[in-house]
Amino acid sequence: MFAAIASLGAIGLLAALALGFAAKKFAVEVDPRELAILEILPGANCGACGYPGCSGYAKMVVNGDKIAATCPPGGAMVMGKIANIMGFAPVEIDPQVAVVMCQGDNQKSKEKYHYLGLADCQAAQKVADGPKQCPGGCLGLGTCERTCPFGAIEMTEEGLAVISRKKCTGCGKCVEACPRDVIHMTPLDATTHVLCNSHDRGVLVRKYCDIGCIACQICTKQVPDAYRVEDSLATVVYEYYDEAPEAVDKCPTKCIRDFTEGYPEGSSFADISVPVKRGRRAA
Amino acid sequence: MARLKTFPGGLHPPDNKAWTAAKAIEICPLPEELIIPLSQHIGAPAEACVAVGDKVKKGQVVGRAKGFVSVPVHASTSGEVTAIEPRPHASGRNLPAVVIAPDGEDEWVDDLAAADPEALSVEEIKDRLRDAGIVGMGGATFPAHVKLSPPGEKPIDTLILNGVECEPYLTADHRLMLETPGKVRQGIEILRKVLAVDNIYLGIEANKPDAIAQMREECAGSDIKVEALEVKYPQGAEKQLILALTGREVPSGGLPMDVGVVVQNVGTAAAIADAVTLGQPLIERICTVTGSGVNEPKNLRVRVGTPLAHLVEQCGGLDGEPSKLIMGGPMMGMAQLTLDVPATRGTSGLLIFRRGDIKVREPGPCIRCGRCVSACPAGLLPTTIAAYARLSMFDETEEFKAMDCIECGCCSFSCPSLIPLVQTLRYAKGAILEKRRKMQ
Repeated sequence: MFAAIASLGAIGLLAALALGFAAKKFAVEVDPRELAILEILPGANCGACGYPGCSGYAKMVVNGDKIAATCPPGGAMVMGKIANIMGFAPVEIDPQVAVVMCQGDNQKSKEKYHYLGLADCQAAQKVADGPKQCPGGCLGLGTCERTCPFGAIEMTEEGLAVISRKKCTGCGKCVEACPRDVIHMTPLDATTHVLCNSHDRGVLVRKYCDIGCIACQICTKQVPDAYRVEDSLATVVYEYYDEAPEAVDKCPTKCIRDFTEGYPEGSSFADISVPVKRGRRAA
Repeated sequence: MARLKTFPGGLHPPDNKAWTAAKAIEICPLPEELIIPLSQHIGAPAEACVAVGDKVKKGQVVGRAKGFVSVPVHASTSGEVTAIEPRPHASGRNLPAVVIAPDGEDEWVDDLAAADPEALSVEEIKDRLRDAGIVGMGGATFPAHVKLSPPGEKPIDTLILNGVECEPYLTADHRLMLETPGKVRQGIEILRKVLAVDNIYLGIEANKPDAIAQMREECAGSDIKVEALEVKYPQGAEKQLILALTGREVPSGGLPMDVGVVVQNVGTAAAIADAVTLGQPLIERICTVTGSGVNEPKNLRVRVGTPLAHLVEQCGGLDGEPSKLIMGGPMMGMAQLTLDVPATRGTSGLLIFRRGDIKVREPGPCIRCGRCVSACPAGLLPTTIAAYARLSMFDETEEFKAMDCIECGCCSFSCPSLIPLVQTLRYAKGAILEKRRKMQ
């Protein structure tokens, strides 16, 4: 009994001494600023900055001679804190959110064929360019939802991805994951968007979707600055986004929507209590 | 009775060949419009070399080959080129095609050169095969001249002719062997000369005793070994056929030439005979049109470019509302979106099923029954690979040898939970290839 306690205690003591010695002797010097920056970064390791995780970004900020990339999820607040720690002037950051440029769920947009394979948009897109007749619409199999590190994407029951403007940090992971490029990064302050991603001619769009852009040009006639119709698809010119809401009611297919008007209906994401600045026009 | 040769794994789906097995091949009349896709083979698509308004003759080149793994595309009849534009293609996309309005004369191009294969050199024969657009007619449409040009360090000692036709419903190769065994034999002799081999097998599934007897009679007195094989899918898959007949196993990631074997389909052999002795390009093939959705299933001799709708017309039209169209066999064929798609060199069959014949249910969870594992002829773990693929863990799918999947579909067929296994494996293979391309 006593022998066991003594021998185990001795082994424990020796090991503790060895560990303590090694910790002092082989300690790796870390710049305290790097640790401080790592502390304030969002910690999602999303890779939006282009560096391997938040620690990679912190290392770049401390070791580089200038801040080569911003942290979009962290936003102006985090960039300001980093500037404080480093003693640089704060790096300007334009807050962005991702928007799904499609409203054609399985009720409003027609199927090309019935897809039975792996429930993943990337896989479905490889089968004859996707199961939807629309070449650009949301496939609704949730690849972006599974990719989002912030839980900001939800699939509606009708099979359409919707993004919370509150939770989205603008990291852009979903943009990469979407095989149809239906998710676009937009300025956070711009709340009006043309929610369609089909470059087909209007006649065709009408055949397969109730709510697609038919490139009728009414929006450009209404507000010439704020809209542009190119390749049979209208888009908001985001430099003039503050004028864009004027055309919402004129759109015959209702594919121009304003997120401040409670879109998407019925979704928990409809309430956008993000402060919306109006009347600012960028140079 | 000695056991028939075969491979481990596989299964036997109901083959339903009786619908067309006894029906002689009929010649399908020319449609009003032939749509000749420029992409009819694995490899680079051909490049159109005619213009709208040109008069073309039967057998004239309308699309030139680009690169070594490519073959030219020919006009299937004489007539006028009315358009060169994207048209529906078997892949589900719209791809460039040469559209020809037949003039009814069906006149061969003038400079067809008949030749005696004995008098031609091996290189001349290969040139003829490439110029004639000969591709593997079992469905994979790999250019034949490439298969017949193995690199010097891989000597070929065995030729295998594939007359297995293990896909359910299809009877095109069966009828070909019954009706024109001489053509097949002629093609075999040309292949023997090109490859300089004397070890030749002709494998036929045991459910075609009449074809086996016919080919044995045709090959009597020669050293061609006509072998009956166990009735099991995928007996006609290249690697499984080699294993069954020679006992050699193609290594993981390897090709048949790594074990000294070249495999060619019997239909390809017949086309090779026409190309070399008569100089005729590959402009028609035999296609089985069958399934519950057509009134009168038939074996048709079809010109390349004939719209599928025209084939259905020749078979008494649709019976009821179709719910699924498949080009090729039911296990490996491609589901089609429309009957406007034209038949190509690889169209061994057209299957049409009515609504209600195909049960569509949602897949359930994996119950770990292991049926896909025992059915996999490549010895893979389909359920494990699919689980990794669902999580986008493609490095792991590669470790589990997803690239050795031959996409035969036995796993999906055997799954009691209806999990789309082969579809998921195909997706994983695509992702692995994409990753490899990026690494280069």
